[in-house]
Amino acid sequence: MTSPEPRTEAPAAAVRLKLEPNPVPNRFGDALEVNHVDITYRVRGHDRRAISDVSFNVHHGESYGLVGESGSGKSTLAVAVERYLPRNGRVSSGSILVNGRDVVAMSGEELRQMRAKSVSMVYQEPGRALNPSIRVGRQVAEVFEIAGLRSSEALERAEAMLAKVQISDPGRVMRRYPHQLSGGMLQRVVVAMALATDPSLLILDEPTTALDATVEAEILDLVATLRSELESSVLFISHNLAVIAKMCDRVGVLYAGELVEEGPAREVFDNPRHPYTVGLLRCIPRGGLRKDTARLDTIPGFLPSPGHAAVGCIFAPRCGLADDRCRSEAPPMTDLTGGRRVSCFHNEKSADLPRSTPVDIVLGEKGAPETAVRLSNVSKTFRTRGEAVRALVDIDLELLRGETLGLVGESGSGKTTLARLLLGLSAPDSGSSIELEGRPLVGGVRERDREQLKALQIVFQNPDSALNRRHTIQRIIGRSVKKLAGLSGEALRQRVIDLVQSVRMEPRHLILRPSQLSGGLKQRVAIARAFGGEPRVVVCDEPTSALDVSVQAAILNLLVDLQISKQVTYLFISHDLRVVGYLSDRIAVMYLGRLMEVGPSDIVFKGPHHPYTEALVSSVPRIDGPIATRIRLSGEIPSAAKPPAGCVFHTRCPRVLDDGTCENVEPPLVEVAPGHLMRCHIPLEELRSLQAPAGGGYE
Amino acid sequence: MIGAGRGAVVTPEEMREVQTSAPQSPRTVWHELVRSPTFLVGAAIVLFWIVCAIFGTTFAPHSPLAQQLLATNAHPSGAHLFGTDQLGRDVLSRVIAGARDILVIAAVATLLGTVVGTALGLVMGYFGGGVDAVVGRIVETVLALPVIIVGVLFVRAIGPSIPTLIIVIGFVFSPLIARTVRAAVLAERDLDYVAAAQLRGDKALHIMFVEILPNVLPPILVEFTVRIGYAVFTVATLSFLGLGPPVPTPDWGADISANYTVISAGYWWETLFPALAIASLVIAVNLIADGVEAVLAQ
Repeated sequence: MTSPEPRTEAPAAAVRLKLEPNPVPNRFGDALEVNHVDITYRVRGHDRRAISDVSFNVHHGESYGLVGESGSGKSTLAVAVERYLPRNGRVSSGSILVNGRDVVAMSGEELRQMRAKSVSMVYQEPGRALNPSIRVGRQVAEVFEIAGLRSSEALERAEAMLAKVQISDPGRVMRRYPHQLSGGMLQRVVVAMALATDPSLLILDEPTTALDATVEAEILDLVATLRSELESSVLFISHNLAVIAKMCDRVGVLYAGELVEEGPAREVFDNPRHPYTVGLLRCIPRGGLRKDTARLDTIPGFLPSPGHAAVGCIFAPRCGLADDRCRSEAPPMTDLTGGRRVSCFHNEKSADLPRSTPVDIVLGEKGAPETAVRLSNVSKTFRTRGEAVRALVDIDLELLRGETLGLVGESGSGKTTLARLLLGLSAPDSGSSIELEGRPLVGGVRERDREQLKALQIVFQNPDSALNRRHTIQRIIGRSVKKLAGLSGEALRQRVIDLVQSVRMEPRHLILRPSQLSGGLKQRVAIARAFGGEPRVVVCDEPTSALDVSVQAAILNLLVDLQISKQVTYLFISHDLRVVGYLSDRIAVMYLGRLMEVGPSDIVFKGPHHPYTEALVSSVPRIDGPIATRIRLSGEIPSAAKPPAGCVFHTRCPRVLDDGTCENVEPPLVEVAPGHLMRCHIPLEELRSLQAPAGGGYE
Repeated sequence: MIGAGRGAVVTPEEMREVQTSAPQSPRTVWHELVRSPTFLVGAAIVLFWIVCAIFGTTFAPHSPLAQQLLATNAHPSGAHLFGTDQLGRDVLSRVIAGARDILVIAAVATLLGTVVGTALGLVMGYFGGGVDAVVGRIVETVLALPVIIVGVLFVRAIGPSIPTLIIVIGFVFSPLIARTVRAAVLAERDLDYVAAAQLRGDKALHIMFVEILPNVLPPILVEFTVRIGYAVFTVATLSFLGLGPPVPTPDWGADISANYTVISAGYWWETLFPALAIASLVIAVNLIADGVEAVLAQ
């Protein structure tokens, strides 16, 4: 889609320059200028446009955020800046200038020089950015060698650089291979390599998406600190609005390959002017929103497929404000005051965007609490090469009928192991007991009868892995209905249609295969399958973390509706505390295979809470409001094979006691208030006074 | 790192992946195959030999068995395009008719090996642990023996016949297929759809053959086509060693074997043309395999 008249750039640039916090007079112009860029991919003999007429500038010393959902083209833009598009992609019009020089027109040697010295990139997966068979030190030193240093000098500089990214023992890390380091540590190494040559532009493409929230917070702090030291400009790409809000001075919102809104980050998020930005912000559970008070809003419809030939505004088919003009005429990028731009005819009334889902929630009757699942003394020990790793240690936990229990904790805390034991996908150690509605559950799924199988189901994280890609949706859901509900023939067909409709899909989807569905629809199929036999407990293992926020909101609404109508219990595992907070009645916090805290959701979130919970909560980046004091966790998560003596959390605990109790004595999990259990030596009242100044809460 | 997993990102790489590794329906696979020159050339040659195998006796210029004792070792000429052999049989007719047995044996033996190998591979990959170790050792033992030695021993023991050849070649090929299938199953076994099937009470047999098998078909198909080429080769070698179909059945390997002693006397056509026939079939099958692999490769 191209706008009929050329979009005027000059006035906007003028306004922006005035806003520039630290204008660096530079004869080369901006660190990055993207001018009216189109990028196309050649797919099966057809050109598909991934980016249409996108223009933005990153000033010197500025941090610019590009935010958008999957398919918006943000990563395509990032690699185009380095001229690293895949072979079938090309910049078909417009120009990309780095320090005033056109990247598209560069010769091979100039390009190499630019990549070696002035532009660096950090990718999402640090594990894939490093060579697994070369020691870390060698790889970091190589960056300096390319810049022309002798190898001994390069090694020294590498060590200094690793120290700069706050790696406490750089010498030791230098001798390690990538697989011996944690994800957070690897991302520090990658950041060190990216910043080694003091680049003028640093591109961060979802640098923390694959990391835990606590590690994410650390890496973001690190990047912010280094940026102010090194005066690099930053192009920060993320689907996470809160991360962008935290890290960026200005932000551009991409939708389906077009820049729809741009401006200072704070203002764009506080007062969005494009209906898409408005919708995105409404999808995020925040501001104390809970499932029993309000539904999340969603963005109806789907992203247009790449290479679409749209007339009018690209967002019009999904926009509640769209009128005939929007559908026939593309809105030009309009300059607003304060260095903001937006491409919407109705930008002045975007706050009036009607909700796409009703707010109200009809709550079902809640009877007396009945126990659905009781775990007592549940442990799991993995034995690898003679080493016993205690993945779960003496878990005592109850799930009540019809409630959602949120299970949180960093990777390696044992959340998924607990879920697998409950489902019978692996067997607990002897002495463990799992009861379903008072009846003991045998360990393995093969020994369980149909009643027990149908009572416990799961929605997996990644629908691509969870759905058999060679089977049709009819077959995937039908098999589950046949095996769990015992139906066949016409009854089976009818049940499958009911299920599909209950997850807001249509019977016409039944003949399709998973690859023909979007990520959100695939997850709906997985949910329908889990509900095939009227389950009583459904484990949701990060069911929305592979999805975009707008899709996530719809899935969360669906889960809430299903819970209300079917009185099902959820064990909801997620690393996203906003999502857990929205959905959960009670929260269980795990660390190194132990329960650290269990309690009602608002108490666990608002405090007084366990110091570990406190750290988790404060690591969540906020979209709005002042930046709260963050509790930083120092050091790495200890190995479960050699857990620390005493309280397992003492090595990272910011509130560790001076008298040595924490180092020597493991605190028991005790009830500190009705329904609120905690494993900490510090008395609740003392925690209350310690945690009060921070303001508590993540929103 | 579980974190957000893949998150909400589409990288250009993924865009590229979508084009090649999206689950393909048989129709799209076929559509891509017929646009591959490699596949088309291979298929044309194989088709030619298949026509010879089926209708060869009707259009061959002479009977492949007819001996013209007055015209032994005749040079290629208008009457005998490929000349005649020591017994005066028409070489062209024998080459045409010889396609039948080799094609049937190679195809059926490979199919047998693929079916057995796939079953073994599924069992090894799915159950893992002890089952994998025991079956794996047996498979390795078979793989450790040279194919020809195993073939010679079997055929000597059971006696040469077409069924014997099929069983022998199927037997020695199945471990190779099993190994490929096992590797593919290992990658599938840990995917969540397998866990989902277990959680609804599906039995191992159902999970292996209905859930996993369709997902590992592409590598099996590639291995199958590659193996047919090797099977042609093996059949020809065994017949050359005198373990093929009994004389006087027209057979490329046996004909080379019967006539190679007279090459030094200048009668090169009696071995050259059957040898070219073997080569053309093996190359053609390999071309098909290359084409199939390029389309199905993930």
